[in-house]
Amino acid sequence: MTETEIRPTGSPAPSFPQDRTCPYQPPQAYTDWRGERPLTQVTLFDGRPAWMVTGHAEGRAMLVDPRLSADWGHPVFPVVVQRTEGRGGLSFPLIGVDDPVHARQRRMLIPSFGVKRMNAIRPMVQELVDQLLDDMLAKGPTADLVSAFALPVPSMAICELLGVPYADHDFFEERSRNFVGAKTTAEADAAFGELYGYLHGLVGKKQAEPGDGLLDELIARQLEEGELDHNEVVMIALVLLLAGHETTVNAISLGALTLLQHPDQLEVLRRDPEAVTGAVEELLRFTSVSDYMVRMAKEDIELGGETIKAGDAVLISISLMNRDGKAYEDPDTFDVRRKARHHVGFGHGIHQCLGQNLARIEIEIALGSLIARIPGLRLAVPVDQVPIKAGHDAQGPVELPVTW
Amino acid sequence: MRITIDRDRCIGSGQCAMTAPGVFTQDDEALVALVPGYEDGTGDPRLLDVPMACPVQAIEISEG
Repeated sequence: MTETEIRPTGSPAPSFPQDRTCPYQPPQAYTDWRGERPLTQVTLFDGRPAWMVTGHAEGRAMLVDPRLSADWGHPVFPVVVQRTEGRGGLSFPLIGVDDPVHARQRRMLIPSFGVKRMNAIRPMVQELVDQLLDDMLAKGPTADLVSAFALPVPSMAICELLGVPYADHDFFEERSRNFVGAKTTAEADAAFGELYGYLHGLVGKKQAEPGDGLLDELIARQLEEGELDHNEVVMIALVLLLAGHETTVNAISLGALTLLQHPDQLEVLRRDPEAVTGAVEELLRFTSVSDYMVRMAKEDIELGGETIKAGDAVLISISLMNRDGKAYEDPDTFDVRRKARHHVGFGHGIHQCLGQNLARIEIEIALGSLIARIPGLRLAVPVDQVPIKAGHDAQGPVELPVTW
Repeated sequence: MRITIDRDRCIGSGQCAMTAPGVFTQDDEALVALVPGYEDGTGDPRLLDVPMACPVQAIEISEG
């Protein structure tokens, strides 16, 4: 299909990404694209055209299709965010590589994030959630729920798991924020360099004096056996540290905000704390913190009557897949009792979130405890005054002023 | 009912164990494994949902 067949001649495809106006709803423009066709065409900031897959079934098929690459290091891999422009060649382990490199790296980490191992850290997560709520209540009756609660929960947990000293959290949280929020490649490089330097030093220190975190295990089992080099260990640590708190912080804060904006659903969880486990899945579906995935076609692919050509940019819209009426009844209704099966909040395919079972536990304990401990919790500002993140970032509030 | 698991494809997501905990679990490597005595759990209607829940198509279930 040519461009002229799907829109008036000369009008460019709409730009992607766009910012949300309501923190938990996909932008209006996106929702206008769903429905008739499982894929549409958009334009990236640098003028490159891209396919955007919007259908649930089609998106799942694409995310398991080995003809789509996630290799960020490829010289013409699509660039969605300006800060990553021109950083071809720098490959990020796990998230930015294809098999077989991806499979080798992931295999080493799977045992550390297994269901049983994650369940074993529940008491640790509960303890730190309780402590943070004690502190918040003592300082109250107002707080920024992001900095007082939603950020430290995953940050402390991932530090504990990796064996990164939480005492250094101000340093790496600030660099992470600078890296993720950078406006230019130079700003991103500066923050990245400092994070890399910090972790490079930490891995060196751990080689001399081993501790008992996941990084120590990686060093002992893989670096010593020659399966990983120093750079790869540092880069894996960097990806896990960034992924470990940049996503879950939003799931917790946006989850709390979504519940506060749906008092009837919040009431369901107050009356039945057991329902929180299912509510986490519905929140993951409904809010789609990771709004989209980026891929590049390695070969021609037929999809929905179109031909995606080799080299084409392909975006998978997680937020629209999760709101596809063919997959979910009343997809725009937030219903904590819904069985939100097959949502793609953690992605799908070989890159599906490695830390998903850690994230589930953190979100469940954080929100469950928040609801139980602070029954009078409410927003301290009107919802339209809650500052939210830009469309290209993980979605969530920048700050969440609350009171009780 | 015949259940086929492909541990080489498995990425340890745990979706199978979450969907049909009476049949699927994870071993010490956090890869898919069948629960001892899993035959008793095959009446679980959610079992048929497992192949779709698996992110990497590592599980097949067929009648017979």
